[in-house]
Amino acid sequence: MTYLKKCAWVVLLLSFSVLTACASHTGCGTPAEEAPIEVTAPDQPAEPTEVRDDEPDVSVVEEAPDFLQLLDGSLVAVSADGNVIRSTFRFDYDEAEIAGGDLRVLQEHAQRLNRNRGQSVAIEGHCDERGTREYNLALGERRAMAVQDYLLANGVRPSQMTTRSFGEERPVDTGTDESAWAKNRRVELVYE
Amino acid sequence: MKRLCIVLVTLPCFFVHGFEIVIDRGVDTLAPIAVVPFRVQENATDVTSVVTSDLSSSGQFRPIDEANMLSIPSTASDVRYQDWRVLGVEYVIVGTVFIDGLGLLVAQFEVVDINQEQVLLTAQVKGTVDDPRAIAHHVSDEAFRAITGVPGAFSTKVAYVLVENRTTINERHSLMVADFDGNRAVSKVSSSQPILSPAWSPDGTKLAYVSFEAGGSAIYVMDLASGDVRQVASYEGINSAPSFSPDGTQIAMVLSRDGNPDVYTAELATGVIRRITDNRAIDTEPVWENSGESLLFTSDRGGSPQIYRVNLNNLRVLRLTFEGSYNARPRVMPDNENFIFVHRSATGFHIAWRDLEGNRAARILSSNVLDESPSVSPNGVMMMYSTKSGRNGILSIVSVDGEVEYKLTASSGDVIEPAWSPYLPLRTTIVKL
Repeated sequence: MTYLKKCAWVVLLLSFSVLTACASHTGCGTPAEEAPIEVTAPDQPAEPTEVRDDEPDVSVVEEAPDFLQLLDGSLVAVSADGNVIRSTFRFDYDEAEIAGGDLRVLQEHAQRLNRNRGQSVAIEGHCDERGTREYNLALGERRAMAVQDYLLANGVRPSQMTTRSFGEERPVDTGTDESAWAKNRRVELVYE
Repeated sequence: MKRLCIVLVTLPCFFVHGFEIVIDRGVDTLAPIAVVPFRVQENATDVTSVVTSDLSSSGQFRPIDEANMLSIPSTASDVRYQDWRVLGVEYVIVGTVFIDGLGLLVAQFEVVDINQEQVLLTAQVKGTVDDPRAIAHHVSDEAFRAITGVPGAFSTKVAYVLVENRTTINERHSLMVADFDGNRAVSKVSSSQPILSPAWSPDGTKLAYVSFEAGGSAIYVMDLASGDVRQVASYEGINSAPSFSPDGTQIAMVLSRDGNPDVYTAELATGVIRRITDNRAIDTEPVWENSGESLLFTSDRGGSPQIYRVNLNNLRVLRLTFEGSYNARPRVMPDNENFIFVHRSATGFHIAWRDLEGNRAARILSSNVLDESPSVSPNGVMMMYSTKSGRNGILSIVSVDGEVEYKLTASSGDVIEPAWSPYLPLRTTIVKL
């Protein structure tokens, strides 16, 4: 299942509701300021946080959803501007430190989980093929735990999260070079 | 390292079910032997080619080609020593296969020492007619013992994991058991989810393994005769790296249920679990020393993965490896004095071995880039490991002296995680004459 395919579906599904909702707002790309999600009645205009109460925006028809089910049944987190929020995070060789640029993306996931306490996520750790399989199983867990700890620090409840390690057993690229290895050293957030 | 005499031997490769065996490297110092084509009576099945393959794979012998033999005797009394001396042959194996009055397939064979002009062994191996390979392996075991004094391990099995259609919707992981040479492979468990770390019970009747069938990792034990499977660990987090104790009553394993991966032991009869290591680092890949008094395991508590030993009485931990930044997955040799492990050098991950007491430097046995999962034959003569050929995992057998190497390449899929069985009960019988 490819990331691109997911994106295509989301764009298709959200092209009406979300893109129109965002059309007149610069604030849609800053999810930290988004309103808690509510089911908005069709006859009530939604109120994104950026919009002040005294400035109702009649072009907004619906609040952007935090999660969206794709046609293959998988659930993804989506940003207010209708894009799938990246759910794969790469790691350096034999390391479990989250890359600096990934922290903001993880915060976006945390915000959605915080707004949806009933939503749970599996945090799956993976490794490249170098090194022994059992050690990599442990290393994959260490990576998953690093992500779990960061989500925890950002308010996600322990009951919403499970960690799993697949070590080097679930590569996305079976090649034997650094470009394949870099793709395989990862943590994936799987909403379930 | 005595690698000076290595020559590449370009012998013909031969195919067995699903596997291709290729002699990758060999040396000209191996004892030349002759496995003379057995006389085949009536409907009997020949065993010569399997015996030749077995003895060749041991890394001790170099069987000469049949085309070079000056005579084809089938009994020791017909062996003309001069015919073999001129060829430099040191040992000759001759024999006959026939079906006896009870309908059993019989291989009657003799092992002759050409230099000493002495018959070392005359024996009959009997078995059912549908299992000529078992008879051939048993003949090889006894011939090997007659010449070297060490029991052969050709009747043993190997457990491994076969991964087919990786990264596709049809991905399949199968726990396989085959002859040590990859022949007669049988699938024991098959799943869409990963299978890892097969480990034999010391009596060869059970296999422990890790499966992700239930979502996360869990440890199972299968009774090989009945096929019954029992789950032995399925806690939150990692449940992995099972290893049977030498007496078969306990399993060492890795659990991360208490926060991070540590080594535990479990009594199989009672299910009582004991925590062995308690460290914030990764502790994994425990394996028992043959005495049962301590475990070897991998830990990165020192900053990089290294091999440690923990005494099970007082839980004191001692670091065993210091050379290089990656030493992992130890396996103790049958002599209980040496162990093999995965070692990272500047050129990649290799299999190395060294002594437990730390008196000698590590010696590297394999020369590929991604070698892992070493496992030793029960007689300590050969070692099997997995490596990569292109995108696929393959198995390789190398003599423990590092001088002869075989590759077992599956016809399809990824072959990983070989585990060499202990000596197994035989279904064939031997009568020494």
